Amino acid sequence: MPRATGKVYVTEKGEAIHGILAEFATPAALYHAAEHVRDAGYSKWDTFTPFPIHGMEDAMGVKRTKLPVAVALMAFAGAGLAFLMQHWMAGVDYPLMHQGKPYSSWQAFVPITFELGVLFAAFTSLIGMLALNGLPRWHHPLFKKERFLASSDDRFFVCIEACDGKFDPDATRALLEKAGATSIELVEE
Amino acid sequence: MTTHPHPDEITAKRLAGLSPAPKPPHHGDAGHGDGTLIDTPGIRPPLVLNNRTFGEVTDIICGYAENKPPRWWHPMAAITGLMATMMGAFILYLVITGIGTWGLNNQVDWAWDITNFVFWIGIGHAGTLISAILCLLKQKWRTAVNRSAEAMTIFAVICAATFPGIHVGRQWMAWMLFPIPNANAIWPNFRSPLLWDVFAVSTYGTVSFLFWFMGMVPDLATLRDRADKRLRANPDGGALLLPFIPVRIDAIRAKVYGFLAVGWRFSSRHWHRYEAAYLVLAGISTPLVLSVHSIVSTDFATSILPGWHTTIFPPYFVAGAIFGGFAMVLLLLIPARELYPNMKDFVTTRHLENMAKILLLTGMMVGFAYSMEFFIAWYGGNEYELYCFQNRAFGPYWWAYWTMISCNVISPQLFWFKKLRTTPMVIFIISVFVTIGMWFERFVIIVTSLHRAFLPGEWGMFHPTAVDICIFVGSLGLFTHLFLLFLRFLPVFPIAEIKAVMPQASPHHHDDHQGGH
Repeated sequence: MPRATGKVYVTEKGEAIHGILAEFATPAALYHAAEHVRDAGYSKWDTFTPFPIHGMEDAMGVKRTKLPVAVALMAFAGAGLAFLMQHWMAGVDYPLMHQGKPYSSWQAFVPITFELGVLFAAFTSLIGMLALNGLPRWHHPLFKKERFLASSDDRFFVCIEACDGKFDPDATRALLEKAGATSIELVEE
Repeated sequence: MTTHPHPDEITAKRLAGLSPAPKPPHHGDAGHGDGTLIDTPGIRPPLVLNNRTFGEVTDIICGYAENKPPRWWHPMAAITGLMATMMGAFILYLVITGIGTWGLNNQVDWAWDITNFVFWIGIGHAGTLISAILCLLKQKWRTAVNRSAEAMTIFAVICAATFPGIHVGRQWMAWMLFPIPNANAIWPNFRSPLLWDVFAVSTYGTVSFLFWFMGMVPDLATLRDRADKRLRANPDGGALLLPFIPVRIDAIRAKVYGFLAVGWRFSSRHWHRYEAAYLVLAGISTPLVLSVHSIVSTDFATSILPGWHTTIFPPYFVAGAIFGGFAMVLLLLIPARELYPNMKDFVTTRHLENMAKILLLTGMMVGFAYSMEFFIAWYGGNEYELYCFQNRAFGPYWWAYWTMISCNVISPQLFWFKKLRTTPMVIFIISVFVTIGMWFERFVIIVTSLHRAFLPGEWGMFHPTAVDICIFVGSLGLFTHLFLLFLRFLPVFPIAEIKAVMPQASPHHHDDHQGGH
């Protein structure tokens, strides 16, 4: 991703830099570090934790996701489609008399309307969540760092990306050190 | 309050391997060490026992999928696999020969097929109840049991979906259940509850699967990372998949778990959307789980047959489904926690006690439904309805009826005693009774209503054949086999969720966490 300032950082070997990765030992330490990074005004950064930490989105200044809105819209779309499908198939395309009921009897269409609404909503919440997260993405610069793999176990990380406009190798490292990181390293692209 | 050093400091040192595990400051007196509830409100028993660290939780739970399976696993998997194969063989025989090989006759034209269907789909309900409704109610104890209960749900739905699929007579036409354009240009009858059932069960199976999969994504990523780490530490070693074939198990694990984990990298921005999506799924699954068994019950309730034509059916079926489902969760988890090392740290006696209480409650709900059916049969003044219920209790199928009553209504009453509802053996035995009772409930509803309907000249009895019996027994084998595979290859507990409910997971964790924040 191009930097706002146009400056590209590379390692001594000439590899482009993805960012700086800092490790923390406890959720509390990470939480406070996140507040520091947020207050320093960074925008292209993230924290990595083995489990969702309560209140982390506030500490990071993340806005609430719009996902539930999308799910609600798709739920209504699914329900509407289901109702139209039943109306058209039972009442328009090939009306057949069953059980003396009217061809298009909306009361009898309620269960399937509901079920398909739920089905659409469920697919939207899973696929929408993955899409907003940019997943599936099986390769990522962070995975190259063996230390980073502990984020799925018991370690807590902050990564500030080099594409952030405020990124500066020395100042960013100093900020993370001040925030109490137990180890800091560069991540190559 | 105390002179302990700050817990963050203790945890930091401990995680860095600089100090041994500290003695728990309070946990010794919270509960009796087995996680059961105690009388002092305000002191909450821990959800994970033995003061585990995050790393230990990862090691123990991933160990179930990474270590060699226990000695009993292979014989068990072989026996249940054979049972599942037997089911397949008898289904093949049924398809080739026709459903006349079942004990069905002109009067009893639905029997074990639909009994088994309702039995299995009912069992599935506990999984979604635990994962969805208890999630919305913020019941943190659900984290220990939700993954296995969700797995159980999916396996039960697989068993359930088999029966309506094979009972249609011409099984190769079963695709016509779905609104797919066909040569006759006609569509399925959307005004029939049997079609609602098709949509309800397939939606339920799909949504349960999505819920289960989404919950597993982070834990699959944990398994992926552990395999990856072992590969990096030892690029040329590690166990081989098969002797003489140079494919290493960890390489396969990293690929398969890695593929399924969709590249999850534990980002907090991702967690934020993940939690929102999880909550939304829980929110939509809650009405879904209530709707599915309600719709199943309309298969019966919208007919005019005495014994079926009642408005109490939807809530009565839902309560029965939850009742039978929790019994099955307990049937699976109580042996598992005895057989697997350290599982008792996650599934504590408190969890069993909570589920026993749910059995007691839902058992009384079905007991109320049984008595209310009887009352309305008398109070409604319809002689056919009244006869149907007299025939259930005192007719030729009296033994099935009283099996149902003693298993479902009487046996859970033992859970009023705290000693009994905290003894795993007792809970296990009662769960066996409840499972038997819930199968008989469906048998009683279906067969006793059909076998003596309006015309006495048509009255008859149902006698199961070997094909009936073998397909049902085979479905028990299929269910158990799938569950054994789950225990062997997938994360049995939600690792991330369990860590999130441990006390040290709070960013404000400090020593006096019992005194309020």
